Amino acid sequence: MVTKNIEEYKGVFVFAQQVDNEISGIAYELLGKGKELAEKLSTEVTAVLIGYQVGGLADKLAEYGADKVILIDDPELEVYRTEPYAHALASAINQYKPEIVLVGATAIGRDLGPTVSARVATGLTADCTVLEIGDFPLEPKPGIEQKHNQLLMTRPAFGGNTIATIACPDNRPQMATVRPGVMQKIQPVAGAKAVVEEYNPGFTPNNRYVTIKEVVKAVSDTVDIMDAKVLVSGGRGVGSPENFKILEELAEVMGGTVSCSRAVVDSGWKPKDLQVGQTGKTVRPKIYFAIGISGAIQHVAGMEESDLIVAINKDESAPIFDVADYGIVGDLNKIVPQLTAALKSEKEAKNKN
Amino acid sequence: MKIVVCIKQVPDTKGGVKFNPDGTLDRGAMLAIMNPDDKAGLEAALRLKDQYGAEVTVLTMGLPKAKDILLEALAMGADNAVLVTDRVLGGADTWATSTTIAGALRNMDYDLIITGRQAIDGDTAQVGPQIAEHLGIPVISYAQDIKVDGDKVTVQRQYDDRYHVVETKMPCLVTALSELNAPRYMTPGGIFDACKAEVTTWGRADLQDVDDGNLGLAGSPTKIAKASDKVRKGAGEKIVPDSPEDAVSYIVGKFKEKHII
Repeated sequence: MVTKNIEEYKGVFVFAQQVDNEISGIAYELLGKGKELAEKLSTEVTAVLIGYQVGGLADKLAEYGADKVILIDDPELEVYRTEPYAHALASAINQYKPEIVLVGATAIGRDLGPTVSARVATGLTADCTVLEIGDFPLEPKPGIEQKHNQLLMTRPAFGGNTIATIACPDNRPQMATVRPGVMQKIQPVAGAKAVVEEYNPGFTPNNRYVTIKEVVKAVSDTVDIMDAKVLVSGGRGVGSPENFKILEELAEVMGGTVSCSRAVVDSGWKPKDLQVGQTGKTVRPKIYFAIGISGAIQHVAGMEESDLIVAINKDESAPIFDVADYGIVGDLNKIVPQLTAALKSEKEAKNKN
Repeated sequence: MKIVVCIKQVPDTKGGVKFNPDGTLDRGAMLAIMNPDDKAGLEAALRLKDQYGAEVTVLTMGLPKAKDILLEALAMGADNAVLVTDRVLGGADTWATSTTIAGALRNMDYDLIITGRQAIDGDTAQVGPQIAEHLGIPVISYAQDIKVDGDKVTVQRQYDDRYHVVETKMPCLVTALSELNAPRYMTPGGIFDACKAEVTTWGRADLQDVDDGNLGLAGSPTKIAKASDKVRKGAGEKIVPDSPEDAVSYIVGKFKEKHII
């Protein structure tokens, strides 16, 4: 590795992902966590905002906890591409030398993070679910210097079957990508103003600048399942795309929305943005209905943090019952419509009183 | 056109995970397979070969037994196979792994490098982009479609709510999603030929422009502080109701108990 003076590196950086001039939810989540880490280290959290004509977003970042915003604004940065973005973030890291850099584990961050970490020659821990400040090694060991105030990055591996805590003790910055939907945003402080520092490392197109020929957006009028308080999630057991109607009716009466398992997306019944799980989204609603979902480990990894899990499945041995608070073995086609009707009449009775 | 596909041997976590009586993962009981995203990348390469003609080489880093997936790749239709294996490479994190594979690739001719998006054991999605960074070539991650026209590659790059159609000149590196295609099976003739095929084996000395300090466990900037099998929250109640009505009154009762309704 390149020899660096580790002591020089101070402060927490958060990559403030924006798409179409709109800040992604993960940026606020990272600011919430970054602020907490910065307080423990008696330092500041800085949002790195990269794009074109995005300066107007800086105060929003301050409301969610950014002490400072580094703004890298250039026409080359209008739409995300690995190269100019990696150059922007890597240059900012080399210039300002933060000790921690957090990036969302999104389809952008999981491309940008590894490229930048390789460019600044440091380690990167992927898809973290817990970030803490602590000692490495965790316990003192004879003959090894125990380093304090290290970033301890915890992440699942083996499809969520194992969990590992990782440190980057001898190199800086300590970099992590963080799973969306896991860290908590702070209550925004209305009217907060950011200290904005403009920075431009210069962008000269080279062989690594790819050309975007077309941007094709998925048409979706549904709410983001990561924001839903109630999710009615269907698996292959629902039987057909048409039969999702009974789930939609249950979702409506519960004030929730419909999501699904990977099998449903693979069968083309529902779009990818409704998929819960390892290769989909991580959700933690108040109530999660798992209907006709067997509960493969990859699915469970994306929903097990839900406050209350209700599973309906005809297969008594389905692994979903291992994580469900209330498991019902039975025919979803009979139970779900009757449940919807019962909940509806309960609601109506309550409204009358 | 010369295509190199980077593949990895992984334990199969998809077909159910096996545990030892003490609750730890029983890796010995799980099959070692070619990583699914990598297999989709290999299939994409073989389709380009079918369509335009190409020489397809598969490259892996791993234990000597990783040769099995190279033979599978040859039986599917790959032309050459390279195994990078050496004790000093063990325990590598993604930085050290990508450094190693880039060191091997510097010995090879390539127009297009294809890797899987991520492996099902580590799930990091880091090695592909990091290889491209070490080699100084463009990377296009999360490919759901790959087309070649002359010296240009056109890729549908998937994002959360959209895709971009992206074009670049070769050489470049593309990371493949398993949604890209359904990989072909090995053919009897392919298996027969694979048995006779030579797998090239390289060690540390064969890696080009690589510093010892960037290899294996010692050259890995990330260190494991603790690893454990995940403790899951225990199961709650499970009922087998006599009728749908019983099921409904059970759920409604629980929701009332919890003040949900």
